[in-house]
Amino acid sequence: MSKYSIFSLARNALNFHKNWEQAWRSPDPKESYDAIIVGGGGHGLATAYYLAKEHGLSNIAVVEKGWLGGGNTGRNTTIIRSNYLWDESAAIYEKALQLYEGLSQDLNYNIMLSQRGVLNLAHNLHDVRELKRRVNAIALNGIDSEYLSPAQIKEIVPIINISPHIRYPVLGASIQRRGGVARHDAVAWGYARAADALGVDIIQQCEVTGILRDNGRVTGVETTRGIIRAPKVGLVTAGHSSVLANMAGIRLPITSYPLQAMVTEPVKPIINTVVMSNAVHCYVSQSDKGELVLGAGIDGYNSYTQRGSLHVVEEQLAAVCLLFPIFSRLRIMRKWGGIVDTCPDASPIISKTPVDGLYINGGWGTGGFKATPGSGWTFAHTIARDAPHRLNAPYNLDRFTSGALIDEHGAAAVAH
Amino acid sequence: MAQKNRLTEGGRIDRSKPVNFTFNGHPLQGYAGDTLASALLANGIRVVARSFKYHRPRGIMAAGVEEANALVQLETGDRTLANQQATRIELYEGLSATSINCWPGPNFDLMAINSWFHRLMPAGFYYKTFMWPVAGWKFYEHFIRRAAGLGISPREADPDQYDQMNVHCDVLIVGGGPAGLAAALAAGRSGARVILADEQAQLGGQLLNERCEINGKPALDWVTTAETELADYPDVTILRRTTTFGYYDHNFAGLLETRTAKLTDGGEHTRQRLWHVRAKRVVLATGALERPLIFSDNDRPGVMLANAARSYLTRYGVKVGSRVVVFTNNDDAYRTAIALFEGGVKIACIIDTRSAPDGELPTAALALGIELVDNSTVTGVTGGRGIKSIEVMSLNANADGVTGVPRMIDCDVVASSGGWNPVIHLHSHSGGKAKFDEARGLFIAGETLQASVCIGAANGEFQLDGCLKQGFQAGKKAASLAGLKKSSRRKLPVAETIDETPARILWALPTTKPIGERGKHFLDLQHDVTVADVQLAARDGYKTDEHTKRYTTLGMATDQGKTGNIPGMAVLAQALGVENPGDVGTTTFRPPYTPVTLGAFAGRNVGVLTDPVRMTPMHHWHELSGCTWEDVGQWKRPWYYPQTGETMQDAVNRECLAARNAVAILDASTLGKIDIQGPDAAEFLNRIYTNAWSKLAVGKCRYGLMLREDGMIFDDGVTTRIGENHFLMTTTTGNAATVLGWLEEWLQTEWPDLKVYCNSVTEAWATLSLCGPRARDLLTEFTDDIDLSAEAFPFMALREGTVGGIAARIFRISFTGESSFEVNVPASYGLALWTQLMNAGEKYGITPYGTETMHVLRAEKGYIIVGQETDGTVMPQDLGMDWILSKTKDFLGRRSFARNDSMRADRKQLVGLLPLDKQTVLEEGGQIVAENSTARPLPMIGHVTSSYFSANLERPFALALVTDGRSRMGEQVYIPMKDRNIPAEITSPVFFDPEGERLNG
Amino acid sequence: MLLIPCPFCGKREETEFHHGGEAHIERPKDPDALSDEAWAEYLFMRTNPKGVFLERWVHLAGCRRWFNMARNTATNEILGSYKIGEKPPKGAR
Repeated sequence: MSKYSIFSLARNALNFHKNWEQAWRSPDPKESYDAIIVGGGGHGLATAYYLAKEHGLSNIAVVEKGWLGGGNTGRNTTIIRSNYLWDESAAIYEKALQLYEGLSQDLNYNIMLSQRGVLNLAHNLHDVRELKRRVNAIALNGIDSEYLSPAQIKEIVPIINISPHIRYPVLGASIQRRGGVARHDAVAWGYARAADALGVDIIQQCEVTGILRDNGRVTGVETTRGIIRAPKVGLVTAGHSSVLANMAGIRLPITSYPLQAMVTEPVKPIINTVVMSNAVHCYVSQSDKGELVLGAGIDGYNSYTQRGSLHVVEEQLAAVCLLFPIFSRLRIMRKWGGIVDTCPDASPIISKTPVDGLYINGGWGTGGFKATPGSGWTFAHTIARDAPHRLNAPYNLDRFTSGALIDEHGAAAVAH
Repeated sequence: MAQKNRLTEGGRIDRSKPVNFTFNGHPLQGYAGDTLASALLANGIRVVARSFKYHRPRGIMAAGVEEANALVQLETGDRTLANQQATRIELYEGLSATSINCWPGPNFDLMAINSWFHRLMPAGFYYKTFMWPVAGWKFYEHFIRRAAGLGISPREADPDQYDQMNVHCDVLIVGGGPAGLAAALAAGRSGARVILADEQAQLGGQLLNERCEINGKPALDWVTTAETELADYPDVTILRRTTTFGYYDHNFAGLLETRTAKLTDGGEHTRQRLWHVRAKRVVLATGALERPLIFSDNDRPGVMLANAARSYLTRYGVKVGSRVVVFTNNDDAYRTAIALFEGGVKIACIIDTRSAPDGELPTAALALGIELVDNSTVTGVTGGRGIKSIEVMSLNANADGVTGVPRMIDCDVVASSGGWNPVIHLHSHSGGKAKFDEARGLFIAGETLQASVCIGAANGEFQLDGCLKQGFQAGKKAASLAGLKKSSRRKLPVAETIDETPARILWALPTTKPIGERGKHFLDLQHDVTVADVQLAARDGYKTDEHTKRYTTLGMATDQGKTGNIPGMAVLAQALGVENPGDVGTTTFRPPYTPVTLGAFAGRNVGVLTDPVRMTPMHHWHELSGCTWEDVGQWKRPWYYPQTGETMQDAVNRECLAARNAVAILDASTLGKIDIQGPDAAEFLNRIYTNAWSKLAVGKCRYGLMLREDGMIFDDGVTTRIGENHFLMTTTTGNAATVLGWLEEWLQTEWPDLKVYCNSVTEAWATLSLCGPRARDLLTEFTDDIDLSAEAFPFMALREGTVGGIAARIFRISFTGESSFEVNVPASYGLALWTQLMNAGEKYGITPYGTETMHVLRAEKGYIIVGQETDGTVMPQDLGMDWILSKTKDFLGRRSFARNDSMRADRKQLVGLLPLDKQTVLEEGGQIVAENSTARPLPMIGHVTSSYFSANLERPFALALVTDGRSRMGEQVYIPMKDRNIPAEITSPVFFDPEGERLNG
Repeated sequence: MLLIPCPFCGKREETEFHHGGEAHIERPKDPDALSDEAWAEYLFMRTNPKGVFLERWVHLAGCRRWFNMARNTATNEILGSYKIGEKPPKGAR
């Protein structure tokens, strides 16, 4: 892999950028590998990268039915944070954030991690209590976390409406200053390029149509480009977790919903942090290009269409206009939908399965992007050692039987 | 002020109505009917904007929605609008526009320094650098952000209003050009409910730019006649200035109507209106957009689409230049040459990439004496802020290079045409695929998932006569499919058909050097994405259209690639050696078609209308009393009632003491109340609640706990048996609707055999809760038909009678631990009774109390609040509520108790906490640790769920969930705050009257 | 934006309804007889197909009746709705 830097950029400028190496090869699938990762999104590519880098397993393939990063990796609102309530969640998301913090250098690919802070707003006394609970727990887990008063929020986000008289007044917020955003496509591409350099075969336009098993053991996959054999197969197919698991006869506690996001036309810098409000379903940040990046809540019914309903967007934009009345005259330039696989406890599955050699990573709901490096890192460990790492051990499939759920729904029922 | 490029006659503008405006501070004049773009061109303004990345000077390149260059900031202050296309702004008196993203102005822009470094800034350069030092990106990003962005956001709240309409129709027709109008006529004649929406202020579509004829008369006469006819049909709605921006499932479309000619200002109207249209059939007559030819330095001010040049002449009476070169690969651009020539514009020559074109139109143009340079291409453009001349060379045999001697041609405009792309965006939004028509080099609509059809130019039909025929046919068929079979025998209009010879599709046009080494071939003008960028993306390995789009940002600008995407995809296909551009990926267009205002999406759901506010019958009294409010769900509840000079703590102390020592009154009307009736009501409650209900006597109340099937607490409340088959259930305030839904769900889907009906009666009753030692004395004054004595009316019983002459139900239930009477009267009497009780209670020291005091009092008793002591992970056993779990029947959630995790010994359990210093009120949400340490991470054993200062206990206290808490009584734990760890002792969660004697008092 | 055929009221806008997840998951008659795995299957495991899906809806802002519907989750095409206790429409079975 030729190194990217300002020097290589200058050198290549001299010959009109005609001698750059391909970021990754486009090999034909071999007959067999030591392991196959199904799904060429951020999580799958990260898994392949860490398998090769940390576990010396480089005879592996990533098979992707479309194009790299074409699923939720390329459809999210790029928010990164690790401010989760429960110890199990804090541990894995913080691992992810720490990997993110050195990822551009590790991959030699600028993923544009911008740690501009993530605020979560509280709009009633119940929210305040819940947020403080989180802030305290996160801080005790050794992760940066503070509680802000409305006046402190106003200092960081001068354009926010903190009037106590609006329908959902802002009573306070938590902030994680190390949180922020990263360039989502770059995360997938950076992992792909680095994994390829370590010998991983990345095979696009290759859809898995069946999972081959023999006597309770996985033996490979059937694809639109033929049968590929491997003693280990990892499924990392956000948006289609149930469909793939079903091919191996496994039922999952997952339901797939549409999730919509959108960007406005670009404007000069107006908001320099990420503002989230779960209560009114609105996430706002501004991209480096100047677009406001806005996320909605999930649509109410299962769907694989990657299209959501307009009313969900309308409710969300009403909330944006409430909190940021100055945005009312800006215009939505593009909106799109993804498919989010959600678990009953709003936590993911990174687990062995009842089929030997078959592993699954999915169910990240709306929160997968921020976990990408941690998810890949722990999943690689699980596949390589045929046993989970301490960090992902709680995220096993058995928890739905034992009841040891990791409930990250956040605010539960409302008070008296 | 002279409009030097304005023709003295012609065009559809009104020369009797001059309109004054300013551009970058310069006063200028146009006419009614102009757009800002046409008025700028009329005034000879060439440089309107600078590009996003290289800050190259840019002029107007289109006449409609596809404009990529000419973006302006419209007006200033609270009504300012960013990034507006000059081609879509109807000129109004006093308009003020400025160029964006340049400083000090578009003619001289210091940011153009970027273009000096353009070789260092190819597609995706930022992925390859800015990585040193590790924290460096934050530094670089600061400058990149400031350089990026285009216009500026308003800084003040939007003064305008927006609204929404929800309508159904038989046929929605998108586009009011010839095909759409014909469809509207046909559908309208059949009696269908029709909506015809067009993005422009005038109907006619492309006819507005042409001088063609229908039925032997000017085509616009036909448009006028059609409009007149449609106006006579009461069921036909014509929406002008209305863009159908999105097409969703089951024939649902979103339309954005700008309601006044003045884009910035709603005046006495709402500014914009968003229409939700549910149509039985949809006809997409969305037309086509011309695509430019991609040649070296094709971004210079003066390079524009051929149809735009025609439009400015025909529609606005504006000469786009004094010497125009028409550059084409097809016949249609000859229409432009002819129109301009006949309009008095000097045509320097027509350059055609084809050899010896011999169609009707080329022949007609040559007959006028216009020079044709065939089999040639533009290889270079001189002039930075406006074209001075172009260089032209012959194409070689393969058309992948040039040959011969370059020829310089003086001109100030190049009007280029690379053919037309059908607008299939809406088809694509709704899940339809696009297919590539190889012969003509364009994408047309494939199979649709909806009840819709594409017609006219949107369907690849570029002949006027064909558009009219398709329109009538589609309109009639759509109406018929919608159930309206009435047919009309009127004669269909006819137009001349002009045979056009095939285009020669070449995509990126060669120069003397390899592409990228001489000038720039722009694909996406706004984002400065060039052919070399796309080729680099392909070389770098970004080999699908989506990768290339994202890597180069092609098509991601405000115009969403209306002119650049398809040439871009074709260039990518060539770079990858793929023959068919359709094979590099399927084009997916995403809504909105053109940008839509946030305010329009929000509609009227802003300000006080964001969400309904629910108020109790006594709300007004509370308000007058000066209470502070707590939002609980949609309800407003009094939080506490401060008197002059009181802090919150003062007020809560006073209220708490009154409740325990005198009499206090709470407005409890917000608690959910569900009336449950039917012969199986008791059996139903047995299944829903954890405890048994069959044996509850009529007139008795019982506390109940509801679980989800996973065993976790879901809701609680007191339910009373009013009759043998009649119960009144109360729920928590915030959960009332959810609980009703829960009950109905189980009844209808799982137990339809049970004869039970549920009905919400929350708002039928006002609930006044009196508590304290003098409550009985006060209430006795108000009733003579209910014996209120403790013996006659015990705790957890119901009595019906009158209170203050009002029919009432009194429940002896208590959430405070005091002897209480919960008086329910019909809602409309609530305020009257409340006022009377307040007046009469004065002598007993009656004190109104709010939710805060209620919380303190209940916490002193160790009573839980669902959602505060529980969070969806708490089982009854965790709260020490085993006593409420029936051992003799099944109930929802019970089976989950037997799971491994439910039986863990170290689950978190409800305990009390007493801060050791007897002064510090612990923070609700504070975490609890066993070890007095500042180390991080530090293991947590639980958290504070409720915490207050108690005036009755004269000390702070708290409730908490702590791991294995019940076996830790007396242990010292710590609650770490930022600056210190607060020590506290674990105690029983019941702090006051543990025997419950006062309840029965 | 779905247009949902309520079997009691006719076609109505999606906004009037609430989705109730997979249909035909019956509450076990005798939960105690189930293994933890079987109970977890009832509680959490869902079919979640890409294709025809039998699902529950309630016409919340209308008749408040629950019913079942067959919908293709890959296209959102609705094959038909049917009352609780009835069989799914042809082509959805």
